Amino acid sequence: MNARQAGEHVLQVDCLRVEVRTDRGPGPVLVDNVSFALRRGEVIGLIGESGAGKSTIGLATLGYTRRGCHISGGTLDFDGRDIRQMTAAERRALRGPGVAYIAQSAAASFNPAMTLFEQVCEIPVRHGMMSVQQARTEAVRLFRELELPNPERFGERYPHQVSGGQLQRAMAAMAMAAKPDILVFDEPTTALDVTTQVEVLAAFRKLIREHRTAAIYITHDLAVVAQIADHIMVLRHGKTVEYGTAGQILQSPREEYTRRLVAERVAGHTFRDDLASAETPILEVSNVVASYHSLLRVIDGVSLDVRRGDTVAVVGESGSGKSTLARVIIGLLPRQSGDIRFRGDSLPPRLAARSRDQLRRIQMIYQMPDVALNPNQTLLEIIGRPVQFYFGRPREQVRARVLELLRMMDLPEHFIGRKPGELSGGQKQRVGIARALAAEPDLIICDEVTSALDQLVGEEILRLLKRLQDELGLAYLFITHDLGTVKRIANKVVVMLKGKLVAGGETAKVFAPPYHPYTELLLSSVPEMRSDWLDEVLSRRAQTLQAMRDAQIQLVP
Amino acid sequence: MRLFGHRVPLTALIGLVIIAVNLITAIGAPWIAPFDQANVVGDAWGDPTSQNLLGLDNLGRDLLSRLIYGARMSIGLAFVITCLSFALGIVTGFAAAVLRGWVDTLLSRIVDLLLSMPTLIFAFIVLSVLGTDLPVLILTIAILDSTKVFRLSRALAMNLAALEYVEVAQVRGEGLWWVIRKEILPNAAAPLIAEFGLRFSFAFLFIAALSFLGLGVQPPNADWGSMVRDYRDMINLDAMAPLYPAGAIAILTIGVNFVVDWMLSIHSHAHGDGA
Repeated sequence: MNARQAGEHVLQVDCLRVEVRTDRGPGPVLVDNVSFALRRGEVIGLIGESGAGKSTIGLATLGYTRRGCHISGGTLDFDGRDIRQMTAAERRALRGPGVAYIAQSAAASFNPAMTLFEQVCEIPVRHGMMSVQQARTEAVRLFRELELPNPERFGERYPHQVSGGQLQRAMAAMAMAAKPDILVFDEPTTALDVTTQVEVLAAFRKLIREHRTAAIYITHDLAVVAQIADHIMVLRHGKTVEYGTAGQILQSPREEYTRRLVAERVAGHTFRDDLASAETPILEVSNVVASYHSLLRVIDGVSLDVRRGDTVAVVGESGSGKSTLARVIIGLLPRQSGDIRFRGDSLPPRLAARSRDQLRRIQMIYQMPDVALNPNQTLLEIIGRPVQFYFGRPREQVRARVLELLRMMDLPEHFIGRKPGELSGGQKQRVGIARALAAEPDLIICDEVTSALDQLVGEEILRLLKRLQDELGLAYLFITHDLGTVKRIANKVVVMLKGKLVAGGETAKVFAPPYHPYTELLLSSVPEMRSDWLDEVLSRRAQTLQAMRDAQIQLVP
Repeated sequence: MRLFGHRVPLTALIGLVIIAVNLITAIGAPWIAPFDQANVVGDAWGDPTSQNLLGLDNLGRDLLSRLIYGARMSIGLAFVITCLSFALGIVTGFAAAVLRGWVDTLLSRIVDLLLSMPTLIFAFIVLSVLGTDLPVLILTIAILDSTKVFRLSRALAMNLAALEYVEVAQVRGEGLWWVIRKEILPNAAAPLIAEFGLRFSFAFLFIAALSFLGLGVQPPNADWGSMVRDYRDMINLDAMAPLYPAGAIAILTIGVNFVVDWMLSIHSHAHGDGA
């Protein structure tokens, strides 16, 4: 393709290559030989697991790379000019009016000391495109388009005074303020709750369609990209795996890797076996109330029980109190009233009052393996410490046990001397599981254990957890916001809303009609691979919300 | 040149050489120095000769020997004081961060109290009341200095204690000492080592200042601060005598700071290049 044809293309990327530059010469290649063209009003979805180079490509279209990287090959043709050949001043003029960027974490991208108006108006005013007054009018118009509450006054607030979903939309308004030709969305809904994600996604799509802006949408979730993209590019290790129209990629993927991604997202593997679990519960939580500052009840009258061999899922959105429940059970946050019985005995509320044996029998696996493992300890120290601490075994036996656990986790034995920094995310999570198992627990609390991992890696972790449960007869309390995972792994489920249980029971029953309205809202918010899903859910949404409001009146007298 | 896998810039190299020379001098003073620090070997303010390279001092002692013994005293004192203040500051700071509650409040308010008084004046009062023995001197400066170490290590540990691996250790039932020693200290080491260098220069200058004012190291022991005081009048007579100890103080301080700057830059790199 030559540059003359680019008239209809806003952006044409050819053979893009981005490398890391180290002080010892060229380093790893992050993006290798990636090409695509973007027309006005068209949306390209970039999809892939972490390390696939999605964000690097997104940033490269702004003529920017992360520290230590550089664009080492290819052309980025924006409106007939190569972004790579631009001077620093030209590139500055490009960013904002030409290409605008919407980051994953709006909370980290806004300046907390400035109002939203100041920040949304900054780009057009700085570039001399509008006066402050014009920019404000424009901002209000965008706020209204994005369905933000009270658009005239919304911009007077500071970032911390609005919710996460609103802030993400405000960021889209900031990006649109200078009327860019291209919007780069970098995982903009990943940090949001499912129910909020639906609203934000709908707002983004409306914005793109009405302004006929070209967009690059980066995500790891195929179902999200299915709602918004015309073309999809599947990336892996910086290389294009497959590129085609959204319909083709989703319905008839050509490459094996794409097929696996699509298959896992559509069906997933069911690990659940609805066998009758043991008779007596090992954990009984009854009517537990807990709070951080005694004013607001974060956990309000929660009861549940877990039997041997059970996987009980606790689902809910952020702020529903599900992680707090884990902290209460483990003893980090003493309960205020109610009782927690473990193997028949009441557990003391405070951690310090619990016996070493009680501590040993309940273990926890965390969401972020990066911060759950001490970066300065070897795997021998990390996994071996519980063995030594609880069982007082001599050194050789501790080492033998660690090797055994590594084998159980499908990790190579020579990893014993490694530190967490030398492992991948999935491997780190396996170490976290090994550490929990080293204590030989009865109950393992899994706090969002797959949400920080890539889809296929998370899948393997779930499979591993299931295998261990079959072998060792463990019980899991599985805290998650991902209903897809719940349906597949849990035999029982409890749904939490604002610290209270709204539904509970066997998974098959809770997730089948008649639903509790809130359960239905959650279920309907999980993106599906059909491209008409978003329209469908939006039309159903209004009535579900109404029903939920009615139900809450009954729920909170 | 590389050291521990990091490139050493020129300034850091200069700093390292300065520190090495000073350390060797301090440790080997009795063997290197041509005379004893208290020996009178000639007339007061004797001129430099082949035997007394820098000449003699106000009492006729060899100036070079006193300078070498001064290094031993000044550097040794500063080192002992810094070690002591770090041991105290780190343990209390980490304990405050891990235990929180009343322990944190109590320790923090005590530190606020100590920090609210000008250090030099506070040291002055303590030393005038308790006398100027070396142990009193060491303890006074170490305690005053540990307040700053407390602040830093508390802040570092606050961040680390919020991480889940520390929580894992607490949930396992580990004691305070284990959490401090195994989970927090290794991960706070880099900034603390850099701070050690800065605190060392501070303690070193502080002793020099106290000695200059007559409250630090007492005669006949040589120390760079008191040497500047003893020889200061000679500056009017075009003599170099006071410039040697003063220069030694300045050079060592600059050298330590060069190395600390380098260590801090390594530390910030390790965190900045994460993406």
